[in-house]
Amino acid sequence: MSAMTARARAIKPPERIGKIKMSTIFTVIVIAVAILLPFFYESGSGFMNDATVALVYVVMALGLNIVVGFAGLLDLGYVAFFAIGAYTMGWLASSWFSKEDIHVGVSEILNNQPGIHLNWLIVLPVAAIAAASLGALLGFPTLRLRGDYIAIVTLAFGEIIGRIAVNSDDGIFGIGHFNLTNGRAGITPVDKIDIPLVDRFTTLNLRPWYWTALALALVVLFINFRLRDSRIGRAWIAIREDEVAAISMGIPTVRVKLLAYALGAAMGGMAGTFLGSFYNTVNADQFEFSFSIFVLAMIILGGLGSIWGVVLGALVLSFINTNLIPDVLNNVPGKLGLDFDLTELGFGIFGFLLVIMMVLRPQGLIPEKRHQAEFAEVLEGEHDVVVETRA
Amino acid sequence: MESASIPVRPTRRSRGEVAREYVSRFGLIAILLILPVAYGIQDLQDEGNLSRLATNIKDGLSNGAIWALIAVGYTLVYGIIELINFAHGDLFMIGSFVSYALIGTVGLTTATGNFGLLFGLLLILVIAMVGCGTLNVMIERVGYRPLRNAPKLAPLITAVGFSFILQNVGLLWLGGSHHGVPDLIESQNDFFTVLGVPVTHGDILALVVTVPLFIFLVTFIARSRMGRAMRATAQDPQAARLMGINVDTTISFTFLTGGLMAGAAGLIYALYQTDVWFFSGFTAGLIAFTAAVMGGIGNLKGAILGGLIIGCLQQISDNRIGTEWTPVIVFAYLVLILVFRPQGLLGEETREAG
Repeated sequence: MSAMTARARAIKPPERIGKIKMSTIFTVIVIAVAILLPFFYESGSGFMNDATVALVYVVMALGLNIVVGFAGLLDLGYVAFFAIGAYTMGWLASSWFSKEDIHVGVSEILNNQPGIHLNWLIVLPVAAIAAASLGALLGFPTLRLRGDYIAIVTLAFGEIIGRIAVNSDDGIFGIGHFNLTNGRAGITPVDKIDIPLVDRFTTLNLRPWYWTALALALVVLFINFRLRDSRIGRAWIAIREDEVAAISMGIPTVRVKLLAYALGAAMGGMAGTFLGSFYNTVNADQFEFSFSIFVLAMIILGGLGSIWGVVLGALVLSFINTNLIPDVLNNVPGKLGLDFDLTELGFGIFGFLLVIMMVLRPQGLIPEKRHQAEFAEVLEGEHDVVVETRA
Repeated sequence: MESASIPVRPTRRSRGEVAREYVSRFGLIAILLILPVAYGIQDLQDEGNLSRLATNIKDGLSNGAIWALIAVGYTLVYGIIELINFAHGDLFMIGSFVSYALIGTVGLTTATGNFGLLFGLLLILVIAMVGCGTLNVMIERVGYRPLRNAPKLAPLITAVGFSFILQNVGLLWLGGSHHGVPDLIESQNDFFTVLGVPVTHGDILALVVTVPLFIFLVTFIARSRMGRAMRATAQDPQAARLMGINVDTTISFTFLTGGLMAGAAGLIYALYQTDVWFFSGFTAGLIAFTAAVMGGIGNLKGAILGGLIIGCLQQISDNRIGTEWTPVIVFAYLVLILVFRPQGLLGEETREAG
């Protein structure tokens, strides 16, 4: 009862100012700040670099959020789609296949280089389709399985893709001698993104990179919102909440689940093409299990299924990863008289964060309303049990 | 009464159903036999005998004994609280690190006499087992118990978190490089040879440590009071509580048992492979989990069987296809198992399946 009265007494912020919703105002402000941000920093600064990477992580986290947050299918192999996207970029926009000579929509300089050189705007949909098909393919064996098994199959799948990336520099499974991925050395250099009517993308001027990443993130964000409020989005949430009930309401679970995998994967693939070009290399070291967990940690930190929460979680973790751990905390062990490199502990710190987060606030920073209600129910349920046992 | 008067017709199943059941039952076995049979035929053609394949399988059984010890920890924990304890593989890694460190501390070298070696290793075995068991209980207390009523995803994620933490503990402890363990038992030296298959000291060690542990474990779960409590809790925690079983203690005890086995596996691994590495736990954990799923998760004997089978497949792949491709082969098997027979070879014993 006390919880009820406290909830009623809590001062609620006004939901509207005049005729405009508060949430709309909030969205406009956030987007405006994000667009204007580069003007306050030097065009080649470390911050711009971190911000660009953070935005790409937002894209990935939003993609994974469709699978894990909306549809409730725990995917521990998301890195596979990042890999597919990045390798698509590496193969279709570099001098890797040097015997080929295909150029579409690229600048003069690249026109004279051997290999396949396609414009990023062409590679992007190709990668999205490739990742989506692979996502649906991966989804297929998991359809009959329940929660934990899905996690394991996706994990195994991610590992298989990762190992193939590492080992495919001299044939596959010991057959043949074709160098497909160049293993840990990687495919480098990768073509810079080249968009008509925009400044040239260089390593010194990161503003075009940032805006492109921002545009990608905004598009994905918009898609996410529309999906969540659509028929499909409601179907996903229904499956997440109770699969049996969802089936009996006539939801075609197979199609809807595969769609979740495919859409989530497509976003991972798109982010992969961008990062492949931005890092200027596609190498197998980027595609490890820990990366899947890194992206998963973002959506858990933010709040599963909550779109703004996921955006916040991705930004926070990305800055912890690129900024806080290497730059700020690097000197701490030295000051304490300890002799170790804290950057090595990056994933230990993530592990710690995951445990703390789950134990103290399992619903995330900005919880989804439905999840929040569930947690409240669980807590009230516990309370009842205590009363019963006392009586 | 009404329903009893209706004559019960023998249910006739369609051809499709029969076929599906057939695939479900024998598909997995057929898949498992692909590699050994293919290479067996190849050996017969090339060399005229099967001794290479037999050596592979013998090595596989010794290796598989280690995976089986780890798999037991997965299967017990899954059976009782339906959690994939991701940290378990890394617990095994900690076990191998403890063994490595203790071999140095106790001062065992290749020059130590037989009696000293036996005594020293026994001491290390006990310490590694107890250490890992305690650690596992502590992890359960801190990370999983507070989340017992939370959605199922929450403890799974803390498990991943603990996996990373343990990996980093290992990284801080011994650094990122591989460490060679002194080859105390001369693990690759032949003990005797049967039908052209050399049995090494390492194989004997795996046999001597794991077989008594398995016999003890199976009897313990089947006969003892605590074992009965564990099975009851696995079936229905609420009912077990009503019957006066302390569910929390039982769950802690399950984690302790799993940890003990992981500790033992750590020592055998260190002596057998003569190499410890902070990242070995991750792959080992996945392989062991595959073993547990293959046998039927929650099923103790299934985990042991699965471990031995996975060990053989892994050894064949190591020897014929290449070590770097082994994880791909094992994970591909994992996916195939889950497609064809998610309940495993011996059937799973969990609440949802029951």
